[in-house]
Amino acid sequence: MSKPRAILLDPLIDNNPIGLQVLGICSALAVTTKLSTAVVMSLAVLFVMVASSVSVSLLRHLIPGSVRIITQLTIIASMVMIADQVLTAYLYEISLQLTVFIGLIITNCIIMGRCEAFAMQNRPWPSFLDAVGNAGGYALVLLVVAATRELFGSGRLFGMVVLPTVSEGGWYQPNGLMTLAPAAFILIGCFIWVVRAWRPEQVEEEFHVGALLEPGYEGDLR
Amino acid sequence: MLEHYLSLATKAIFVENMALAFFLGMCSFLAVSRKVETAIGLGLAVIFVLGLTVPLNQILVENLLEEGALAWLPGGASVNLSFLNYLVLIGTIAATVQIVEMAIDRFAPALYGSLGVFLPLIAVNCAILGGALFMVQRDYSLGEATVFGLGSGIGWMLAIVALASVRERLRYSDIPPALRGLGITFITVGLMAIAFMSFSGIQL
Repeated sequence: MSKPRAILLDPLIDNNPIGLQVLGICSALAVTTKLSTAVVMSLAVLFVMVASSVSVSLLRHLIPGSVRIITQLTIIASMVMIADQVLTAYLYEISLQLTVFIGLIITNCIIMGRCEAFAMQNRPWPSFLDAVGNAGGYALVLLVVAATRELFGSGRLFGMVVLPTVSEGGWYQPNGLMTLAPAAFILIGCFIWVVRAWRPEQVEEEFHVGALLEPGYEGDLR
Repeated sequence: MLEHYLSLATKAIFVENMALAFFLGMCSFLAVSRKVETAIGLGLAVIFVLGLTVPLNQILVENLLEEGALAWLPGGASVNLSFLNYLVLIGTIAATVQIVEMAIDRFAPALYGSLGVFLPLIAVNCAILGGALFMVQRDYSLGEATVFGLGSGIGWMLAIVALASVRERLRYSDIPPALRGLGITFITVGLMAIAFMSFSGIQL
């Protein structure tokens, strides 16, 4: 916890926010049909996450405990507003493709979660590293999924032809499923599968039916 | 008029299902879908909050934030506050959830017992904010916003209850260790989303 390096690198694989903590999945799935939107989304999340983590960390002694959630939400929403205005001004095409998902960064649980769990208790510099690390872990999953979907769904990467498709005179028959929404779920499922087969300690405890009967069992309610 | 609302509701529940077509509210969708009973509780809370906040936000956006909405003020015709959308939407949602929680606690303790634990969780549920954002983007009227809010809530509940039922059954299956828990859930949701895609194109 104390080592800056560990704070920065842990969230990439060992404690990936999407794969292990099940946070921030909503936007992770919807923006991954193309690599370019995924890159912009990752950058927007990185910016919002760093800015709000550092602000929350700087203000942590001034925020009263009882209203901390709404304070954090307001800080995050302000940062998202900035990101949205910048995107609309300079990357209008892509901001149209991202539609409501830029706004939904506000409720991206990763950001809220890191503010609440880390930035509220730590100084600005570790909070900054933690935010960069978690945004990196988020971006990693996003980019892997987006690259797979774009490559196999339309034979392109960043819009450049990699596998010439049959309809354009090439040999590759595109997998239409990849461009559809359900593919994202299945790919993330497989991503988690690969990571956990490689790092077996991440495998969740096996549940047995008895756990259902215990009173107050709510799963991993946060 | 009624047909229009009916078509909008069908679209919100099945065709453009919040959870399975737009991936909204995924965090709680995956975390609270281990048991059908809790899934129903959360689903009801989502319907309730969506049905309340989407129309409420519609009123605020139309009367205060949209371009020209402040025309009744001297010099207000050129004011466009729509950049404040996010802040207002999320503020309204958080405040509504808080008030609803207190009101239920005070007037319907029995309901609070079953719904109460989910309400704080819902304030940061992307489905709620997503509903509000779609409402702004598609420029719904008050009536449309109400139907859309309730419809997408019902659709979300349908999806989470279905997933919870599948997961309860999965407990008896022999799943590869690395896929247990989250991995298989994702793949299940993917297959469910494919099933839901067969609704697309339905027009009333």
